[in-house]
Amino acid sequence: MSKRIDVKDLNVYYGDFLAVEDVTINIEAKSVTAFIGPSGCGKSTFLRTLNRMHEVLPGARVEGEVLLDGDNLYGPGVDPVTVRSQIGMVFQRPNPFPTMSIRDNVLAGVKLNNKKISKGEADVLVERSLKGANLWNEVKDRLDKPGSGLSGGQQQRLCIARAIAVEPQVILMDEPCSALDPISTLAIEDLINELKDQYTVVIVTHNMQQAARVSDRTAFFNIAGTGKPGKLIEVGNTHTIFSNPTQKATEDYVSGRFG
Amino acid sequence: MTATPLTRTQGAGRAGDKIFSGAALAAGCLILAVLFGVALFLVVQAIPALTAPAAEIQGGAGFFAYIWPIVIGTLIAAVIALVIATPIAIGVALFISHFAPRGLAAGLGYVVDLLAAIPSVVYGAWGATFLAGQISPAYNWLAQNMGWLPIFQGPASATGKTILTAGIVLAVMVLPIITSLSREIFLQTPKLHEEAALALGATRWEMIKMSVLPFARPGIISAVMLGLGRALGETMAVALVLSSGALTASLIQSGNQTIAAEIALNFPEASGLKVSTLIAAGLVLFIITLAVNMIARWIITRHKEFSGAN
Repeated sequence: MSKRIDVKDLNVYYGDFLAVEDVTINIEAKSVTAFIGPSGCGKSTFLRTLNRMHEVLPGARVEGEVLLDGDNLYGPGVDPVTVRSQIGMVFQRPNPFPTMSIRDNVLAGVKLNNKKISKGEADVLVERSLKGANLWNEVKDRLDKPGSGLSGGQQQRLCIARAIAVEPQVILMDEPCSALDPISTLAIEDLINELKDQYTVVIVTHNMQQAARVSDRTAFFNIAGTGKPGKLIEVGNTHTIFSNPTQKATEDYVSGRFG
Repeated sequence: MTATPLTRTQGAGRAGDKIFSGAALAAGCLILAVLFGVALFLVVQAIPALTAPAAEIQGGAGFFAYIWPIVIGTLIAAVIALVIATPIAIGVALFISHFAPRGLAAGLGYVVDLLAAIPSVVYGAWGATFLAGQISPAYNWLAQNMGWLPIFQGPASATGKTILTAGIVLAVMVLPIITSLSREIFLQTPKLHEEAALALGATRWEMIKMSVLPFARPGIISAVMLGLGRALGETMAVALVLSSGALTASLIQSGNQTIAAEIALNFPEASGLKVSTLIAAGLVLFIITLAVNMIARWIITRHKEFSGAN
């Protein structure tokens, strides 16, 4: 239940503006890959191209290939809706559906495309997903209460439960802890460590310690200046990137001597 | 360095605060005073009609017998208008906010807003002289084929000047109100919630069902209630379109009357107790509108826990 992603020569445009230039990267199955880099370097934009969520933004388009176990996500006839049901996403700010109960939030993705599910199956799935997101014990007595009543960290784990309920191949996380306190962050990081046993995880983070703690491989993105495209500078084992990077820019960034 | 005293300072900023809060308070009180004044006027002027002997009221059977058919007529016309206008308005609003290409959306938005700028007397003239004539063949068809339903019982009105025509004209009039408000609400749906749905593999319609409509629900209800307010109170269009008469179940025969049109048509020649009767009718309309608004508020607050406001 996890697939690898191979990106070949990917350019991302907003209209005529080249936002991310020529990224080639291999993302291993059942591992955590972290994207780090300064603000505006295109790492979030690039992350969104991995499940075609960039298409929500007006004028955004890509050139190049993203292969999910060899299948091009941008091939002719590929439906972005199917892509997104295979490659889930967790956002910067927790976004449970405010009008839905905790239980319905978990089931939201499963009920899409008119799929019918019996109550018994739904109960099993809700419990399994919430346990998978380390949230079950905190919410099992109030599954019918609104998801928006939970704390920020709980909401984010609810969003992760919602994402894994549809059993995706890959989970993309766009700075999932940036709106959370340190304790909630720790809970999410522990969860990411468990998730990689089953899923391919890609995480964008501003926090280099977090990248060092949770990821197996790290990719460093950088930008030459305002109006220039973001580029992938270097990718490698997390330990190597943080201790012995090959590029000067990477070393400056991870050691805090950036700019 | 001298310490700034923590006591209250007497600067221009303080004066501004006082003036502003005073002005806001005065505006709030003014609204209440106007509302109270109107209500008081209606009650005082209506009392003679409410207390007069039954035989002296128009119709000779008392105020209640006089008012209830036109209350029903008012509600029928308003309900027809909303049943027709609400789905269309929500559809148009969704098309503008989530489906149409940007250029088309802006153009369509202006056209819809333009509908609201047409005076009601123009709608009335259009309904009476054009729509009624065009629509009467359809009424004949309804009477022949659906006549077993009491609401479509024949014989259909030859002129087409029926309560259904009035309802359709009202629908066109409330359409821009509901559309503009719904569109504004739909556009305010947090991007975050839309993306949450899309990232789960929702199609565009599923995304709208999951995130846009639940978010917009209270707004849609408010929009519909504003539309209802206009439909209930609309005078000129109904007065021109409807060939009024006694309360009838059939929507395609002439007959029925609404409170607002009844007042407008009879007020100029009324005197004495008749004036009082018409004002009492106005009081009833006022109460109906108030009740509608309170019900709408109640519906909105009933779902507060799940509204996302917390």
